[in-house]
Amino acid sequence: MPEAGQKKVSIRIDGELVQLPASHTILQAAAMAGRFIPTLCHFDGLADAGACRLCVVEVSGVARLLPACTTPVQEGMSVVTDSPKLAAYRRMILELLLAERNHVCAVCVSNGHCELQNLAAQLGVASVRYPYRYPKLPVDLSHPRFVLDQNRCILCSRCVRVCASVEGAHVWNVMSRGIHSMVVADLNDPWGDASSCTGCGKCVNACPTGALSEKGQAVEEMMKNTAQLVTIAMRKAVRA
Amino acid sequence: MKKITIAPVSRIEGHAHITIHLREDGEVESTQFHVTQVRGFEKFVEGRPYYEMPGITARICGICPISHLLASAKTCDALMAVRIPPTAAMLRELIHCAQVVQSHALSFFHLSAPDLLLGMDFDPARRNVLGLAAKWPEQARDGIELRKFGQQIIERLAGERVHPSWIVPGGVASPLESEAREEILQRLPHAREIIRRTLELYKSMLDRFAEEVENFGTSATMWAALVDPAGNLQLYDGRIRFAGMNGELIGDAAPEQYGGAIAEASLADSYMKAPYYRPLGIPNGIYRVGPLARLNVAGCCGTPEADRELAEFRQRFGRVPASSFHYHYARLIEITYALERIKQLLDTPGILDSQVRARAEVNAAEGVGVIEAPRGTLIHHYKVDANGAMKWANLIVATGHNNLAIGRGVEQVARHFIDGNRLREGMLNRVSALVRAFDPCLSCSTHASGVLPLRIELRSASGAVLDELRS
Repeated sequence: MPEAGQKKVSIRIDGELVQLPASHTILQAAAMAGRFIPTLCHFDGLADAGACRLCVVEVSGVARLLPACTTPVQEGMSVVTDSPKLAAYRRMILELLLAERNHVCAVCVSNGHCELQNLAAQLGVASVRYPYRYPKLPVDLSHPRFVLDQNRCILCSRCVRVCASVEGAHVWNVMSRGIHSMVVADLNDPWGDASSCTGCGKCVNACPTGALSEKGQAVEEMMKNTAQLVTIAMRKAVRA
Repeated sequence: MKKITIAPVSRIEGHAHITIHLREDGEVESTQFHVTQVRGFEKFVEGRPYYEMPGITARICGICPISHLLASAKTCDALMAVRIPPTAAMLRELIHCAQVVQSHALSFFHLSAPDLLLGMDFDPARRNVLGLAAKWPEQARDGIELRKFGQQIIERLAGERVHPSWIVPGGVASPLESEAREEILQRLPHAREIIRRTLELYKSMLDRFAEEVENFGTSATMWAALVDPAGNLQLYDGRIRFAGMNGELIGDAAPEQYGGAIAEASLADSYMKAPYYRPLGIPNGIYRVGPLARLNVAGCCGTPEADRELAEFRQRFGRVPASSFHYHYARLIEITYALERIKQLLDTPGILDSQVRARAEVNAAEGVGVIEAPRGTLIHHYKVDANGAMKWANLIVATGHNNLAIGRGVEQVARHFIDGNRLREGMLNRVSALVRAFDPCLSCSTHASGVLPLRIELRSASGAVLDELRS
């Protein structure tokens, strides 16, 4: 909702006129206009990172596609949120995510409750056109209550941000660059040895896939309590 | 020397081929049974959390995923060192019985009935389930109905028919609903009528197969199966009993002691290992598992109708029928038992209890889980680290136990039925039918990798391929 006293701008979302404060992003504008833009790294209440690029949109006068989650609205902007070109790119992004690590849905604890899987189904990813990389990645079972499975991680960094800004512990970070990037606890310690971890489990509930899960949850059993975490994160964001 | 190759062997689960070497005079010199698939599960589960194992190992097979789910969940129970709630144990046995019904129905009606009802020498192009439906529509329909009954119970209990995730370490994911119980009870009498008339039909035509009964893998082997404390038929839990060729008790092993009783040999020409009874070695320690082994090892079934059928079976063929042709008969008796057991379990007070799952962390570094899968004894054995990450796994699957016995049976059938000078398709089909009698699941049973659409090769004394039969 536009807050009183802030400068408002007018933009068009798929032709529809939307008025909102200048501090807002295209993603927020699209939500106000009732438009669906797929996202994976966005989480209500957390600062956006622009990590997954699924929310790319077309902006008139700009040659390249822009991420809706990190692009602020500007007066007179005209945005297209869905087109054959955008759909093709979004499917490609999902396929690349699926090919990059070992997302074996059938035997995943998050099967049936996974944001990556749901989006792939929703956006029509029926097959992956790229060769799978099948990297050999570790599963960190050292924490008494939780598990980090690097095979299912898409590097959205929701765990990093929720731990830093909501819990204030900053256990998680992303190590290395590019294809070698890896979520690590503390100074690349086993999670169970990370002294900064409070064991709150917010990272697990923020994680969109089966990368972070509760120990002992069998295949298909891991359901994330996202709604509760959004409420907590939003309250924290308003106070900040 | 001539060589015949049957490749692949048809109407079986998985892929295999058979090579038959002939002498100059056309007589069978030797035979080999090759399994050509690779499984590889033991290696790629390393590092995974142990509680994912039921879901992962269930993918070994789409025919009886429930078997692997159960054996794996029992192994996980051992790793957690928990005793699962009694209702959970009953529900696991219930879904297991449903699986035995559907799997045995598939083996009998869909895979073997074309040989039995249409005849071993029937036109191979129509010797299949569609040909069966054309000539024996009522029996084909019965087969489909019976299999559906088993599958519907699985679906009703576990939410889906193939690869459900309901069987979990510590028990099952959700209790039985009373409507589901009513529904199953309502459908049960129809399934029992089907198996009664199928048994009558089967018994009435046994005389036609006297030659097959005589020559289908009758060589002396030991038998192995789970038994309950009283020594009777058990499908879900118990001790592994090894009996001699005449049914005499040779030894019992608790599941976790299987390694002392079973050793595995590697064969040069097959991906499937060859287990044998360790104390006796090869060839004396070769044993058979599966429906016929279970009935031969057990004192009785423990349910009235199945026990009446078992008594008649023993009256006809002796206390320990040796011919592998009788796997078919044993399968029908076991369906009778499973249907009676389903009724008993559903009538047991407490079957609807809501406490169906024990929760715990890893409390043991090593665990073994054993069940009687439809095809025979299934063993899962895992080792984990202190955090519950898989360090090592060993899976010994029913068909694996039967590997050496199938090989021997193939040789016997080939020697009796094959005449290299006047080769007919029906001769080779009998070789395939012997393999089918065991209802092998080869994709399940290879350690490294796994194939049983079967191929049979006929080779001349010089090694040239004279004839080849592909399914």
